This record gives sequence, structure tokens and C-alpha cells, in this order.
Amino acid sequence: MTVDELEKEQQRPAGMGPVGWLRWTWRTLTAMKTALILLFLFALASVPGSLVPQRSVEPDKVAQLFQNNPTLAEWYDRFQLFDVFTSAWFAAIYLLLFTSLIGCVLPRTATYVRELRRRPPAAPRNLSRLPYFSRLDDPLTVEEAARRLRRLRFRVDVGDGWVAAEKGYLRETGNLLFHVSLLGLLVAVGFGSLYGYRGNVLVAEGDGFANTVAAYDRFIPGTQVSAESLEPFSFTLKDFQASYQVEGDKRGQELDYSAFLSVNDSPGSPARDYTLKVNEPLEINGTQTYLIGHGYAPVFKVTDGKGQVAFEGPVPCLIEDKPSLTSGCVVKVPDAQPSQLGFLLRFLPTSDGAGASLFPGALNPQVQLLGAFSGDLGVRSGRPQSVYELAPPEVMRKLTPLVMGTGHAPLAVGGSLELPKGAGKLEFTGAKEWITLQITYDPGRLPALIAAAAAVAGIVCSLTIRRRRVWVRVKDGVAEVGGLTRTEGSAAGFTEEFADIVKVLSAGGKDAR
Amino acid sequence: MPAEQQLAGVSDLFVVAAVLLYLAAMIGFALELAFGRSSAEAPAVRARQPVGVGSSGGPVDAAAEPGGGPVAVEPPHWAPKAGWLAMAFGWLGWTANLFAIVTRGLAVDRWPWGNMYEFVVAICFAAVTAFLGTQLRQNVRFLGAFVMVTAALGLGFAVKVLYTAAGPVVPALNSYWVAIHVTAAILASGLFVLGGVSGILYLIRGDGPSRLPSRADLERVAHRAIVFAFPVWTFAVIAGALWADRAWGRYWGWDPKEVWAFITWVAYAAYLHARVTAGWRGRAATIVQLVAFGCLLFNLVGVNMFISGLHSYSGL
Ligand code: HEM
Repeated sequence: MTVDELEKEQQRPAGMGPVGWLRWTWRTLTAMKTALILLFLFALASVPGSLVPQRSVEPDKVAQLFQNNPTLAEWYDRFQLFDVFTSAWFAAIYLLLFTSLIGCVLPRTATYVRELRRRPPAAPRNLSRLPYFSRLDDPLTVEEAARRLRRLRFRVDVGDGWVAAEKGYLRETGNLLFHVSLLGLLVAVGFGSLYGYRGNVLVAEGDGFANTVAAYDRFIPGTQVSAESLEPFSFTLKDFQASYQVEGDKRGQELDYSAFLSVNDSPGSPARDYTLKVNEPLEINGTQTYLIGHGYAPVFKVTDGKGQVAFEGPVPCLIEDKPSLTSGCVVKVPDAQPSQLGFLLRFLPTSDGAGASLFPGALNPQVQLLGAFSGDLGVRSGRPQSVYELAPPEVMRKLTPLVMGTGHAPLAVGGSLELPKGAGKLEFTGAKEWITLQITYDPGRLPALIAAAAAVAGIVCSLTIRRRRVWVRVKDGVAEVGGLTRTEGSAAGFTEEFADIVKVLSAGGKDAR
Repeated sequence: MPAEQQLAGVSDLFVVAAVLLYLAAMIGFALELAFGRSSAEAPAVRARQPVGVGSSGGPVDAAAEPGGGPVAVEPPHWAPKAGWLAMAFGWLGWTANLFAIVTRGLAVDRWPWGNMYEFVVAICFAAVTAFLGTQLRQNVRFLGAFVMVTAALGLGFAVKVLYTAAGPVVPALNSYWVAIHVTAAILASGLFVLGGVSGILYLIRGDGPSRLPSRADLERVAHRAIVFAFPVWTFAVIAGALWADRAWGRYWGWDPKEVWAFITWVAYAAYLHARVTAGWRGRAATIVQLVAFGCLLFNLVGVNMFISGLHSYSGL
């Protein structure tokens, strides 16, 4: 235990040179008090990470804050409060902490190794002054005492008329293992974030996905990831099924859902079926595919003013109301002639016929038209487009409204609606579902798990094992036993063990175990 | 369905019974504490240790053992009986609490900690278990009144504020990881509650003689509870990461719940360091411990209620 020694040494010697200052800095950094303060700072620094929306967790909320309160958002941004856990100041704290940890662990390991090779310290002259003491009734020889203590798995040293024994070295081993494992965990997490990647994609029933950078809706690679390093698998979403609670208070709550995939592990390999569920990701060579969410993608067919089919296919809709899965849909038809068409619609999985949905399952799927427009949607302007927004406000203003409001009855599957002025026709031909997937590759996860498991093993040893010493002195045929436990605060419990040791030592003859 | 609803109703009744029994136990413990032999006279835990380990132990609180304090008043004869009756009520309450959890589990046909109501009921159970379990090995009756009132308040809070009708959980929670991750979190939380109660008493109680247990005893109970809880909490966090790796596609994503689990963990680690740091033992370490306990409570109540995140679906 070098903590106290370290602290004693830490006092700044007068009049020292640069080397002295360096030593002083190092000692201060590796002192327990500094570690304690850094631990506090570490905890404190994480707090804003839960109060301010984080870019990596809720990018949409960050964007919203920038829109609603730009001044505040800019200040937040200046202090990297949207990226707390990758910020410079957070890194500074944990790097200092881990430097302190290394500075703490290295000398302790050295001391510990020396201690391991050393014999237990010789018996003090007066054992009765020790916290635990007992005088034996039966005679005992030094050799016999040493033998019995060895049986109790003590490390034993024998001197002239005394035996010294020590046990519980695993405590320090555990403590060192724990601290080193924390370092290992940090390295593993860092390695994973450099060489791993994460991406999201939305797939509708009947559509497929091939694992290439271009196929992702959002792709977040580590700095060491190249486009070629992606695992070349692909799959098709054949079907999606969800079940919901039908009765009671929790009517409409999701019970279970599954995505039925047809998977090709690599370009040439045969297809295999896989049922993707929450908690059951698809793993291909370390790349995991997770089912994150689902919603509806009604299928529309749009005929333009010239009588040609200008659009046909599923349109993924954004969930507006989670319990009923009422969703908002945007259909853009840039190919429509003579002018482009755009529709805003509401999808109702179980329509009550009056514009609301009663249940999240598709029992009576209907589509309510909210607005139809003609004019230039600005799709070809080269600006980034959202599939959930018909057009930015300045473009919307220039469009010609064809239909506004919810005056029309909702369309059932197969229903259609003629636009006024012969502008075209909208048909609702069916309801498909979409799923969102997260695909991740993180080569650091197994090392991180191993480090974490080692940390738990280490901490259990460190917290449950007591370092203890027992001495026996034999003088004029009378044996005395003294004990000392060296562990801060956890002396309770040694009383019983000491009593047991005394019992073993005082059991007469050879029948002692 | 009706049979299940009946079971759920039985579970609710057991919760109420547990609250009443805990309150009865609290009164008994309080009477014993107020009128029984004060801890300064009673041979408490430390008496089993021949000599205090002065060299390295926690604050050996000599001042708490008054040499010639006012001990002349003979305690009323019923005082020890109140203590034993309180223990009996405590065990009965514990049994009712256990039955409440089991019947709830049977009613919903899953592990009965799928939402915050069930979670808090289970933590109260764990805290009382930690207290009664410790009591089996050493006399910590002096804590009884405070643990019982905490458990009763916890259950009352669960019933009044958090109550959720029995029912199924969302698919993400339908996993054997509930059994591993949440059970560990409940166990650790229960022990942390014991540590927290001791810590608060430590601060309330002055250094001088008092009816309240000695600071050294309180410190020791708190330390032992936390030493036991910390690895369990570590395991719970890791199990949570493993589950997140199965369910959400990453093992750690700084979701608010994860952030606060981490903060709690670091704060308790700071407590363990404070106890071996010169100048921090005793009072300062206890304050660190209580800050950590505050983080634990905030994670349970604050994060679920005020901050949205992936864990929000556990429902109120
Ligand atoms: C990431 C930062 C750290 C964490 C999470 C951490 C965690 C822990 C935990 C949980 C314990 C309790 C084990 C026990 O009581 O035996 C412990 C013990 C200890 N730590 Fe750390 N630690 C960290 C950094 C440090 C640093 C920087 C130092 C050195 C300045 C240090 C020195 C010690 C020492 C000496 C003990 C042994 C205490 C004893 O023997 O009871 N730790 N650490």
C-alpha cells in the first residue's frame, strides 16, 4: 500500500529545478486526492451529456434547437455541448484520469511484485499488542505451527522461535487487474470507434439492401474505415409482421414483430431465410443488422394530365401518432406532365371513416388526402431534399393548390381520386410496411467485453479478499498467536477467521486438519 | 384473462399490506430506539471485535462511546419486546412484498420488473432484504425504523405516482436480459438504499452521545453494503451494455439512462477512493456516498420522468 507514502512524499521540496517541478507535477497528478477530484470531474462532465441533446443520439433535436434558439445553440456548440462525449474537455479529463491511473498502477505493481517475492515480515516481539491475540493452552512446535498454517494456504516463514504467515495477496492482484482492465476498456472502445462503422437504412417490403456506403440513408464511419472494407452481404425484405394487444387498457400496444429476410451472405452465395426480430440481430462476419423500427408504406399510382402513369410504388410515411400508427405521407411526382404533382396525405391503418385511426394494425387501411399541388417542386434544383417534406416553404408558396383540406372521403385500398382540371388521378393500391435497420460493425466489442469481465473479476477480488498476517511465537513451550488485517475498513469478519485459525493451531496431536 | 386480472388485484393488495406492515415495524423499531437501551450501552457490533483496528480502519469514533454518560435510567421492560415485535412485522412485510412481486409476475406472465412501478416495488423489497439479511449476521436493529420508513415511502410512492396496470411490455423488453440486467440493478439499488439510509443518519447524528447508533457503526454498515453493491452494480451496467448490443445495435450510446448509470458508478468509485484517501475518511466520504446515492435516485426517478431516451419505453 503506497497511497500514504505517496502522499507524504508529495510535499513540495523548497527550491527545486525544472526536474524537481516535473517530479512534483507527476506526483501530484498520481496522488489519490487528484484521482478523487478527477473522478468527480469525470462524473460532473457527463451530466450535460444527458441534459443537452447529443448529435450522435438525437441529431433532429439539435437541429431543432438551432432553429428555435440559435444564440443558445451556438453557445452550446462553442463549448461542444452537443458532442460532450467526444469533446476536447471531456477527453482532457479522462486522459488526465487515466494518466493518473497509469502513474498509480505502475509503482504499485512494482511494489506488489517486490512484496510477492519477499517473505512475510518477522514476528513482532510482543504479540499481545496486536489487535488480535490469543495464548494457546496446548504445546505447539514451530514446525507444526508452520505446517498447519501452510495447510490453511498461508505463505509461511519460519525463524528462531517464531512463525510468520501472510495471506490474501489476491486482493492487490484484483485491484491492479481492475485498474488495468479499465485502461483496456478505454483502448477497446477507442479501437472500435476508429475501425468500426454504423449506418441506418429504411427498407420497404419487397425491396432489398446491399451493404455498400451508397445504400445507406445515414452512414457514420470511423476514421480508419474505407468503402471497400464493408462486408459484402445483401438481403431482401420479403415480409413484415407485427402483432398488437387487442383488448384491455393496453389495446394497441406492440406485442411482437418480425421481419422476414432472404439473405445472401456474399455476392455468390445461395440465399437463406432469416427472421429478424428485436433482440435478435442478423450477424454476418461480425457485422450486425438490427431491427430498429417500423411503419407503413402505402402504395400509390399517379396518372398525370396526359394519361400516363407517372409514379407507382410504396411511399414510406412518417409516424405521427405512435399508439395508432397514424402516419403522414408525401408523394412527389416530378415526372408528371404537363406539370409536376405533389400530394400530402395521411395514412390510417384502421380508419374509423372520419379521418382517425383506431388501432395500429392494418385492419382497415385508408388514406386521407390533405392537399394536392401542381407546379415545380424544386426536386431537380440540386438542393438536398427531405422525403418527408413536399417542398421548402418558399417553393410551396409558388405551387398551385388543386385540392386543399380534408373535404374528400378517405380512400380505401383500390380507391382513386380524380384531380380537378384534368390534372391527373391518384390511386391507393395497397399498404406495405417499412422497417428501419441499423447496421453496425464494431471490432472493439469483444475486447471491450473481455476487459469489462476482467474488471468485474478484479473488483470482486479486491473488495472481498482481506490481506491478513498471523504470527506464532513459541517460548518455553507456550505458544502465542497474534493477527493483523491490513485492509482498510473491512476488519469485521476477521474475528471469526482468527478464532478458526487459533482453533486449528490449538487442536492437539496429529488429528488437526 | 379474468384469472390474471384477479391475480393482479391480489398483488396490489399485498403491496398495501406490505406498506402497513412496514409502518408497524417502523413504529416498533422507533419505540425500541427511543426507550430501549441506547446504543452507547448496548453491546453493538463492534463488541465482537477484541480491539479496534486503529492502524487503518475507518473513523474509530471514540467520542461516540461516552465513558460515563447518563445511563442511570432503567429502560421500560416492554422496550426489547417492541424490538422483537418490530422484527416480526418486518419479516411479515417482507413476505407480503415478496408475494406482491410473485403474484404480479404470475399475472403478467413475465419477469415482474417491466415498468417503473414494478421496478420500485422490487427495489423496496431488495432494500428490506438487505436490511433483514444483514440483521441475520449482525445486530443492525438500530437501522430498522429508518429502513422501514424508507421502504414504506418507496412503496407508497410507487402506488400513488407510478402505478401501472398489469399488462404486457413492448417487444424490446421481452428478453431474458431483463432477468439478468434488471435483477442485478434491483439488487444493487436495494443495497445502496441501505448504505444511503446509514449515510443520512451519519450526517444527522452529531459526534456526541445520542440515541442514534454510533457513527462508526453507521459507517461500517454503509461501507459493507456499498462494497457488496458496487460489483453488482458494475455487473448490472455491463449486462445492460450487452443487452443494448443485442437490442439497439451498440453496447454503449450515451443514452440518458446510460449516462446516469455511468455517473452513479463513477461517484461510488469516488466513495471507495475517498475512504482510502487521507483527510477524506468519515464525513467527507459519507457525503460522497450520498451524492452517489442521489445520482442513483435521479437515474431512477428523474431520468424516467423528465428526460426522454431509449429507456423511456419502460413506461411510468
Ligand atoms: C477510471 C478511474 C478509476 C476508477 C473507476 C477506479 C475505481 C476503483 C475502485 C472501484 C476501487 C475499489 C476497489 C477497492 O476498494 O479495493 C479502487 C481502488 C483503488 N484505486 Fe482506483 N479507480 C480509478 C482510478 C484510480 C487512480 C487514478 C488511482 C491512483 C491515484 C487509483 C488508486 C486506487 C487505489 C490505491 C485503490 C485501492 C484502495 C484500497 O486498497 O482499498 N485509482 N479504484
